[in-house]
Amino acid sequence: MHEFIQYIQSYLANKDQTPGAAGNVFWATVYVLLVFVGLSIAVICMNWLERKILAHMQVRLGPMRVGPHGLLQPIADALKLLLKEDIIPAEADALVFWIAPFIVVLAAFTVFVVVPFGPTHAITDMNIGILFMLGVSSLSVLGIVTAGWASNSHYPLIGALRSSAQMVSYEVAMGLAVVSVILLTSLHGAGLYGVGGVGTGDTGTLSMIGIVQAQQEQGVWFIFKFFPLGLIGFFIFAIAMVAETNRAPFDLPEAESELTAGFHTEYSGFRWSLFFLAEYSAMIAVSSIAVTLWLGGWLRPFPNALHGATWDQIFSFFPGLTFLALGAMCFFNVVRMPKNPLFKIQTIGLAGFGVVLALIGLILFIPGVRDRVGDIYWFTAKVAAFMYLYIWYRGTFPRYRFDQLMKVGWKVLLPTGLALLILTAATAFVAPPIEEWLKRVL
Amino acid sequence: MNPVATPFFFYMLSGIMLIGGILVITRKNAVHSAIALITTLLAQAALYLMLYAPFVAGVQIILYAGGIMVLFLFVIMLISIERSQKERQFNHQWLVGIVAAAALGTLFISVYTKAKSLFPEPRTISYPEAQNTQGIASLLFDLHTGTYMFAFEIASLLLLVAIIGAVVMAKKRI
Repeated sequence: MHEFIQYIQSYLANKDQTPGAAGNVFWATVYVLLVFVGLSIAVICMNWLERKILAHMQVRLGPMRVGPHGLLQPIADALKLLLKEDIIPAEADALVFWIAPFIVVLAAFTVFVVVPFGPTHAITDMNIGILFMLGVSSLSVLGIVTAGWASNSHYPLIGALRSSAQMVSYEVAMGLAVVSVILLTSLHGAGLYGVGGVGTGDTGTLSMIGIVQAQQEQGVWFIFKFFPLGLIGFFIFAIAMVAETNRAPFDLPEAESELTAGFHTEYSGFRWSLFFLAEYSAMIAVSSIAVTLWLGGWLRPFPNALHGATWDQIFSFFPGLTFLALGAMCFFNVVRMPKNPLFKIQTIGLAGFGVVLALIGLILFIPGVRDRVGDIYWFTAKVAAFMYLYIWYRGTFPRYRFDQLMKVGWKVLLPTGLALLILTAATAFVAPPIEEWLKRVL
Repeated sequence: MNPVATPFFFYMLSGIMLIGGILVITRKNAVHSAIALITTLLAQAALYLMLYAPFVAGVQIILYAGGIMVLFLFVIMLISIERSQKERQFNHQWLVGIVAAAALGTLFISVYTKAKSLFPEPRTISYPEAQNTQGIASLLFDLHTGTYMFAFEIASLLLLVAIIGAVVMAKKRI
């Protein structure tokens, strides 16, 4: 028992690496559980937020009945799904039908092993981090294809075909955008166009933590590096990742008006909810790739313009302030609740929820906690912005036709990606001589 | 830190690979075969990880399991299952099969028994696991230590030829 406690403490003693890198099984397990729980909560929140935000975009109210402002709706939905009858169609291939949802969920959750929430807040740091994320998340298409095939029905098969064609096509453009970022990690010069002179070029890195550290070292997020090249790469990725996750406006594999529900038409109950869970966690996964590669991962915004200990202090208050603001929103709505006695329980519930949020906010103000959660907060906030974008796209864009989708993938994104890659390499090559020349002239 | 590459994992992964490989040829349903093949390929990727070659493992997952097998499934899905079920699964070429299997088996056994004398002294690979990818990059592209640049470029040219060939064959009118 004593040895076990020592083993646990040994990781805490020098906390400058991830539990995976330290080889500490106990803390790795703790981190895995934390990520799993956090992800499940995020999916529940996304479920509620998506309905609410979409509803407000369409001037509706959205869920209002289950709990105050429909807050308990996701839980009610989850219960409904768990209690539903689990149907396997008679003509379906039972074994493959049974396996398919698990492949999708496994692929969607496994990638979080390398997602860096902070320099030490990751389950592990792999030498092939980004390669691992792209590879494993590309496995989810296998689940979708087998699900569509095993259902032995027309709509799922068409959905699966569309999905595999779409995901394979957009993976190419996505990969090119990612490679251009990996190229940037090998540079050492600071600033927008800094390359670091001839001969100082080193090998870059594929590790997720290494990519963020490269941005920290160069003092610039890769979205701004070699302006506008970094920005173009980011846009290619941002379009491709929506197609990769089969979301609107590229949601052809599950286009409701044409295919009922696409590849998961024949699924019901728990298995269907697994597809739902996988879709949302895949969205979070690709968003965290985008955040890590282009938006500086866990780094706080404005590190150059607003630097110094005072600003660090001010930015470290943000996590607590966010939760306090959420709590204040709850209390504002408590006041606005109808005064009818029928609404009494709902009002009390909402007030309680506000108190919990405010308490979390207060805990986040404690100095020790504040320093630890800063990186996680900024990473999550950036990912949350992407999640909002997903909802916004869905509320704004009409669905693409399949030939248009292929055209965008192969004829626009792929050539742009290739040109971007060549231009980035060329810039890294010609920037030092130009810099020298400018110095001599000016 | 104890090494992860214990014999237990090796035997487990090889077992999975063997079972998957046997299932690929014994299943009548082509989609089941494809899924078994994916299992085999993933176990192989894990074996690469055990050999401290994470980059090869990652490429294996992306290219084979994520890329090629998806295209396989894409084609297989469109085959009518009822008709393929009725077709003969094996063509009975026992003689050739036995000869080939015996030759391969002899080769394996001889390699297994004489491995030490057959192969030159193992070169010490100085890249630790955390530097593996960087090591590959410097072997390929570094100005001073890179020795495989030319071979790499030739291989990429071959791939380009294959791509152009595929386009020419698939398109009736270019």
